[in-house]
Formats: sequence, structure tokens, C-alpha cells
Amino acid sequence: MNPLLSTESLKVSIANRKVCDDLSLSINNGECWGILGINGIGKTTLLHTLAGLRDPDKGDIFYQDTNIRSLGKIELAKKRGMLFQTKTDPFPATVLETVLIGRHPHIENWQWESEKDIKLARASLQQVDLTGMEDRYINSLSGGERQRVAIATILAQQPDMYLLDEPTNHLDVQHQIKLMQLFQNSKDRQDSALIMILHDLNLAARFCDHILMLFGNGKVLIGETTKLLTAENLNELYGHPIKILNDNSQAVFIPG
Amino acid sequence: MARNKLVLIGLLSLTPIAIAMALMVGSVPISASQVIYSLFGDQVTPSTQIINELRLPRAIGAFTCGALLAIAGVLMQVLLRNPLADPYILGISGGAAVATLFAMLSGISGWLLTGSAFAGSLLSMFVVFGLAQARGSWSPTRLLLTGVVVAAGWGAVVSFILVIAPQRNLHSMLFWLMGDLAYVKTIWPGLVVLGLGLTLALFSSRRLNVLLHGHMQAIALGVDVKKLRLVIYLFASLMTATAVTIAGSIGFVGLIVPHLVRLTGVTDHRWLLPSSALLGGSLLVIADTFARVIIAPQQLPVGVIMAMIGVPLFLFLLHRSNQPL
Repeated sequence: MNPLLSTESLKVSIANRKVCDDLSLSINNGECWGILGINGIGKTTLLHTLAGLRDPDKGDIFYQDTNIRSLGKIELAKKRGMLFQTKTDPFPATVLETVLIGRHPHIENWQWESEKDIKLARASLQQVDLTGMEDRYINSLSGGERQRVAIATILAQQPDMYLLDEPTNHLDVQHQIKLMQLFQNSKDRQDSALIMILHDLNLAARFCDHILMLFGNGKVLIGETTKLLTAENLNELYGHPIKILNDNSQAVFIPG
Repeated sequence: MARNKLVLIGLLSLTPIAIAMALMVGSVPISASQVIYSLFGDQVTPSTQIINELRLPRAIGAFTCGALLAIAGVLMQVLLRNPLADPYILGISGGAAVATLFAMLSGISGWLLTGSAFAGSLLSMFVVFGLAQARGSWSPTRLLLTGVVVAAGWGAVVSFILVIAPQRNLHSMLFWLMGDLAYVKTIWPGLVVLGLGLTLALFSSRRLNVLLHGHMQAIALGVDVKKLRLVIYLFASLMTATAVTIAGSIGFVGLIVPHLVRLTGVTDHRWLLPSSALLGGSLLVIADTFARVIIAPQQLPVGVIMAMIGVPLFLFLLHRSNQPL
């Protein structure tokens, strides 16, 4: 089967700073990728480029072998979902209404959400433990609850490719693990793949099978998690020593 | 869902009540049976003349204006992502005011006066849009700043004209600036724009629901944000220009009516838009009825009464609302 998302000699830069120079990667069904790097190195810029929200300087992006340039906006929205880092809510809207916007690309212009769409939205809310909150206003929620509403929205969108910008932001430990397991389950069913920006190395080591490291100046490392998460690489990546402890089978990362 | 329907049904029944009141109340009180007879009978009596030639066109004009301003208010608020936005914030009414006052100053009246109001608002609309997107892309903030500054400029010109205008013109100028429905002549252009505007707004309403959560989120969900924003801007401006042309710059309706409806718990634009149209229209009809009778035979500008009804109503609902704002 074709990779869900792939790039060919992708060059991305922001404000005259190179994020990547000649990036070729392919993300297959069932894979989970983690993007690591320090603040301001261009992780979000890269993710937005992959999502088709901004144009690359050079190179091509393919969704299942179709160039992103030849995909319509709605077509693209059915293939990939994007979880944003910031959410602004200047006007009130209910939790259920907010989750239902995830169904937008699947509904024709004059049509209303069907029973099936509403069922799906409720099921997504249940997956993030927000059952019973349907009629609450989103601007009355806590940061973690708001984040879970955003996650329910992307679940309701049902894309093949999930692009997540710091999905564990604002979440307590229990929900961090629950969320990662939730995404892992969906990729284990072999119907989707994930690429996410993470700052927690332990989550990355536990749940990601591939890692993409952004060093700045266009230097990028990609590969399997076990091969890339070495003390040497992490030291260079963060400019700070990282200690790796081995607890039976699982490695634990601690800033030195 | 149930709440959305309830609010819409409530407002659907408020509208005929407001219009019936506007037809019955006035310097010559007319009973309900006479009103019905005037509307559907074929004999010409003094009261049928009052209804058909004066009160009905005026009530429909008021309803149209209120509905246009309320829809334009909802659209501007989503476009600028700012709860303080109203139909006049980008200078449409300022442009119309300057053109109208100039026309009054040079002694123009009738259709030309109406025409200059419309021309003034269109001019302002193109100036603001042209300046806001001069560097290619336009963000809501750039549009808002451009519009607010242009509006301030128009405001200065209006003050200038008021200062130099001869005494005999001042009264009608002030009435126009505060909004006055005494000059409603024909109801059809307004109704046509209202019909088209509401249809188009409803057609875009699910996209508006998505855009409410930010333009990046909307693009990620497949909305053509650039096109949507342009369409919202053009239609909100045209609806505002039409309302201002009918009755001058009636303030407040476009700002508070969308919030009043949101305070009742209606936030989905497919319900918010029609509900706002009905509430805006009805409120203006009621305000205009008061404007005609409070110190009759003298008439007050409807904009003043609108604010007098709207301010306490809004504060009351805001106070008892449990909605986080």
C-alpha cells in the first residue's frame, strides 16, 4: 500500500531560517511519528506545511501518492486532520457544536448534520471522557477539557492522517496516557497514521515508532525511535544533557 | 436543538405582534378590525389611507432595516472575530453620512438624496477594502484597523459639515445621523436585499460556524476562508448600505441584537442568523412606534428610542445570563 503521507526533497523555511532543506520521508499506515526539537526551531511550521496550510519553499507533498497541489480543500480535509496548539474562542459555542465542525468536510453545503454525524460526535466525546458535557459552552471549560474537545473534533473528522501539535498540552497524566493509547489503538487497526510534536521524551519513546529531529539550519534526522533516541543525539538536539535510565525494557529520559 | 427552535418560534410570533402594534398605534388610533379591513378590504376610508400609505410602509421599512442591520452585525462580528464589531465599525455609515450631509447642504432632496447615501457607503466600502488589502493579504486585524480609522475620518468630516451648516439644515441632518424612518418611500429594494442577504448568509452559515473557531482551523476543515471572508464583507457591507440608505444611521441594533440572541443560548449560525433578523426587525418596529407616539405630534429619531429600549434590555439579559462571556 502507498504511504499515507510522503514528501520529496521538501524545503521549508520561516523568516529566513531553514527548517529543513531536502526532506524526504514517507509515513505508512499504522505508524506513529514524533517531531522533536527546541522552541522556535520550526516544528509547527513543518507540521502546517505537511498539512497544506502553508506552501513549502521547494519540493512536493503527497497524500497517498496524490500531490497535495492537486487536492481540493474538502478532499484534503477528508484525508488529514490537524490539531492546533492554540485555540481562541471569542464567541460562545457549545461543546457538541464544536465537535460537529469536524464533520464539516463530510457534509454537503445545504445539508445538516445527520443522526450518524451526531452519534459520531457523541462517541468522540465519550472517547475523551467528556460525556455529559455536550451542552456546556467551550469558553467555560478548563484548559485540559478544551484540549480534549479539540481532540474529539479531530476524531469526529475521521482523517487517515493525524497531524497533532502538542496533543498532550494541558492534559493531566491520566489523560495524557489515555489519549496516546487512544491514538495508538486507531493506528493499530491499520486505518490511520500519526505525526505529532512532543516535548515529553518518555511519551515519545513509549508511543512513537519513528522520530523526526529538527536541529535548525536545515539539519534533520529521521529514523526509528530506538535508533534515534540516544544520549548523544538528544544532547545535541536540546543543548542540554539528557540522562537515559533503563528500567527493564523501557528507557526513561531525565534532563541532567 | 430544542432551545434553538423555541427561540425562533418565539421571535416568529413577536414579529406580527410588533407590526400589528405599529399599525394600530399612532396619532389616530385604529382598531384591530379596521387594520384587517384596511389590509384586505377594497374600500378607501381615511384609516385605510393611513394604514396603507403611511404606517404599513413605515413598519415594513423599520423591520427591513432592523433585520438587515442585525444580520450585518452577526456577519461583521464573525468576520472580524470581535464581539465589539457592528455594521458601522468599518465606516460604511460614515461614508453615507458624509455624502448625505453634503447633499443636504447643497439643497438636494428626494431620490438624489437617497442615492447619495448609497453611493457614499459604497465608496467607503471600496476605500476600506482597497486600503486593507493593498499589500496582498488582509487579516481581520488589518481590516478592522483600516475601517476604524476611515470611520474616524468620516466622523471628523461630519462634525465639520455640522459646524458650517446653516441653522435651517441642522435639524434634518441630526435626525438623519440618529436614524429616522420618516422618509421611507418604497419598501421593495430593502426587502429584496434582505431576502438575498439572508439566503446567502444561511447558505454560508455552517462555514461560519467553522470560521468562528479560527481561520486556521477553518482551512484545515476544508473551508475556502479567503473567499468566505470576501463574500461576508461584501454582503454585510451591502446590507448595511441598504439599511443606512433607507433610514440613516440607526445605531445599536447591529451591535446588541446578535448578542441578545446569543445570550438566549443560540450560537449555531443556522439559527442565530434568522433569529437575529427577526429580533432586529421587531425591535426596530417597536422602537419606531414609540418614537412616533411618545411626545406626539412631535416625532423622535428612532435611533434614540432604540438605544433607550436596547440598553436596559441588554444589561438585564447579560446580568441574568449564566453564559460565560
